[in-house]
Amino acid sequence: MSERQWHTREFPEAAKDLLQNSQLRKNVQHATTVIQGKRNKVTAELPDWEDLRESGAQVRAHTLRHLDHYLTKFEENCTRAGGHVHWAADAAEANRIILGIVQQHSAKEVIKIKTMTSEEIGLNANLEAHGIWPIETDLAELIVQLGKDRPSHFVAPALHINKQQVRTIFQREMNLPELGDKPEDLATAARNYLREKYLRIKVAISGGNFMIADSGGVCILESEGNGRMCLTLPDVLISIIGIEKVIPSFRDLEIFLQTVPRSATGERMNPYNSVWCGVHPGDGPKEFHVVLLDNGRSPILADKESRQTLQCVRCGACLNACPVYHQTGGHAYESVYAGPIGAILTPQLLSMEKARSLPYASSLCGACYEVCPVKINIPEVLIHLRSKVVQQDQATFAGKFSLWNIGMKTAAFVFENADRLVIAERLGQIGQKPLVSKNGFIEWLPLMLNGWTQTRDLKAMPAQSFRQWWAKERGSESNGMKSTGKKNA
Amino acid sequence: MRVSLFITCYNDALFPDTGKAVVNVLERLGHQIEFRPEQTCCGQMHWNTGYLNEAVPIIRHFVNVYRDAEAVVIPSSSCVAMMRDHYMKAAEMENDAKLAADVETLLPRVYEFSEFLVRRLGVEDVGATYPHKVTYHASCHSMRSLHLGDIPIRLLKQVRGLDLQPIQNIQECCGFGGTFAIKNADVSSAMLADKVRTVLNTGAEVCTAVDNSCLMHIYGSLHRQRTYVRTAHLAEILASTASELGVAE
Repeated sequence: MSERQWHTREFPEAAKDLLQNSQLRKNVQHATTVIQGKRNKVTAELPDWEDLRESGAQVRAHTLRHLDHYLTKFEENCTRAGGHVHWAADAAEANRIILGIVQQHSAKEVIKIKTMTSEEIGLNANLEAHGIWPIETDLAELIVQLGKDRPSHFVAPALHINKQQVRTIFQREMNLPELGDKPEDLATAARNYLREKYLRIKVAISGGNFMIADSGGVCILESEGNGRMCLTLPDVLISIIGIEKVIPSFRDLEIFLQTVPRSATGERMNPYNSVWCGVHPGDGPKEFHVVLLDNGRSPILADKESRQTLQCVRCGACLNACPVYHQTGGHAYESVYAGPIGAILTPQLLSMEKARSLPYASSLCGACYEVCPVKINIPEVLIHLRSKVVQQDQATFAGKFSLWNIGMKTAAFVFENADRLVIAERLGQIGQKPLVSKNGFIEWLPLMLNGWTQTRDLKAMPAQSFRQWWAKERGSESNGMKSTGKKNA
Repeated sequence: MRVSLFITCYNDALFPDTGKAVVNVLERLGHQIEFRPEQTCCGQMHWNTGYLNEAVPIIRHFVNVYRDAEAVVIPSSSCVAMMRDHYMKAAEMENDAKLAADVETLLPRVYEFSEFLVRRLGVEDVGATYPHKVTYHASCHSMRSLHLGDIPIRLLKQVRGLDLQPIQNIQECCGFGGTFAIKNADVSSAMLADKVRTVLNTGAEVCTAVDNSCLMHIYGSLHRQRTYVRTAHLAEILASTASELGVAE
C-alpha cells in the first residue's frame, strides 16, 4: 500500500480516540448486530453450510497454490474475449495504468463502483491530482466521499454513521436544505444525484469479486444496481482486481454465490450479480481493461503460515462478528482493510515493519474464524504475525531489553521447571504485599500492567498456592506425587 | 480411574480453591486423583503473544510430565485449547517427529474439567447443591475451540437449588484475551463493560464459567464497581454439597 498514508498511529492509540465517540460506537454496534443477526439466520437455514465453507476454502486454497497458472489462463481467456489485461506490481504502477487509460479517453470525470483495491492504491487522490473527478456510485461510498470521510467497513463503508448524519452531508453537498431523513428521501436524493452522471460519463472504474479463469469473465456482486449501471452504460470499463481474486471455473461460483451474500449482508442472494466476458458489439462497454494488482500480495503467497490470508473474499463477516470491531469500528485500524482480516492483511501488505500493533488488536476469541466462509484461521495467522513482530523486536537492542521481552523471557525461564515456579510463586506472594489494599485486592499496578487496574481490580494471590496445599494435605503419599482418593477406594 | 490434575499456572497461584473443588468432585465420583508437582504451565501466554520459541520448552515440559498419565483433567478450557490448537504446530515448527508423536498420543487423554465429566465419564448429576441465582459465561475457547456446547449448562441444571439465569450475547468475548487486556487495555475495558452489563442484567448473584481467566477479568470490574455479584468456577459450584452447606437434600 502506498500513495495514501495509512496506519500512522498504533491501534491502541487510535482506538482510544474512537472509544470516546459514543455516537459512532452506537452506530457500529447497531449495524453489526443487525447484519450479524441476519447472517446467522440465513446461514443456519442451509443444511450444508459447513460443507460449503469447506468447499470454498479448498477452491481458494487450491487456486492460490496454482495462482500463476490460473492468472495466465484468465489473461488468455479475457484477452481472447476482447479485454485488455494489465499487470501492476504495485500501487504506483496501477495508478499509472489507470490514469493513462482515462487520459487516453480525455475523460474529466469517472464513475466508480465500490472497490477496495482502489482505496488500497489511493486511486481517487491520484485521479484528482491529475484533474479527474472520481464519483463514487455505491450509496455508502458516496456518503463517505461527500462527507470527506474514510470507509470503516469494506462491505458497508458508511456503517459508522447514521441516517441523520447522512442527511446533514447530503443537505450540504447536494445543496438540498429541505431534505428529510427517511431512508427513501436519502435514496431518492442519491439517485437523482447519480442518474445524470451514469448517462453522461464515459469511463467507469470497478473492482471485482471474482475473476473466472476458464472463461476470462469477471464477477461483481452488489445490492444497489449502481454497479450494473457502471458496468453497462459507459464506453470504457476499467476493473482493478487483486491477483488473489481468481477462481478456476464458472462452476465454482455455485459455492461463492451461496456463501458470500449470506456472509456479507445476510441475504440469500445479492440483488445484482453481474458476470461479463470481454466486450460485445452493441452491448455494454466498447473497451474493457483489467488491472491485476499485486502490491504486496506475492510475498504473502510465499509464506505458508499466512498464505490463507489471500483466500479472503472480502465479505466482511469477520468484522461484524468481531467484539473488538464492535467497540471501535473500522477507523481504529487506520487501514483500508479493517477488522480481523485487516489486522492480518494490512501488516503483510505494508510489510511487517509497519502496522505492527494490528496483529495484537484481537483477543483471539475466534469469532472471525467461526464465521469466515472460506475458513481463514485468522487467530492462527494473528499469532504467526505476532511471532514475526517478536522476532523483529528481539533483533534490536531496545526490543531485547524492553520490559515486555524481559518479562516474557523471565516467565518462560520460570515455566520450564517447577522448582523455579515454586520460588516465583513464593516471591509473588511476598512481593505483592505493598500493592494489596486493605480489602485484599490490588487496585493499582505499575508500568505496563497499569492498563489492567485502570478499570479492574485484581484479587491478591492467596497465601497458599494449590501445590502448597496439596503438598501439605496429600504430600505424604508416594513421594509427594500421587494420592489415592480419600473418600473412595 | 486414575486422574491426573493439571491445575494450570494461574489457577495454582491465584485460584487454588478451584483445584480443591476439582479434587473434591472427582473423588466424590470415586476416582483417584494425582498431582504431579513437576507441572508448570501449558505455554499459552507465550504462544499467543507471539513468543513461539519461548513456548516450545514449556510445551515439551508438559508432554514429558504427562506422557504416561491415564487421563489429564484441566479446569481451564483455554489451556486445553492451547494444546489442541497449537501443540502439533509447535512440533511441526520444531521439525520434531518425536514431539509430534508424543502430542498425538497424549492429547486424546487430555480433558477440560466439564468435558471430562460429561463426555468421558458420562455424568451430569454430580450430587451438588448450590442454592443461588447463577449465570453462565461461555468462554470463547470453550465454545469455539473445545465446542463444549451445552455441557456446562447440563451440569448446572442438575445442581439442587441452583437458579440458572441465561445471559444475553453469550457468544461475545469478555475482552480478557491474555496480554490483550494489557496491550489494548482501553478496548478490553470497553468489551468488559458490555459483558458486565449483561451479567448484571441477569440479576444473578454468581457468574460462573469453565475458565478462571475470564472470571478474574469479569470480577475485576464487578469488584471495582462495588457490586455484590461474585464469580465462581464451575468446579466450585459442583463441589458444593448439601452436607457441607448444612441443608437437607
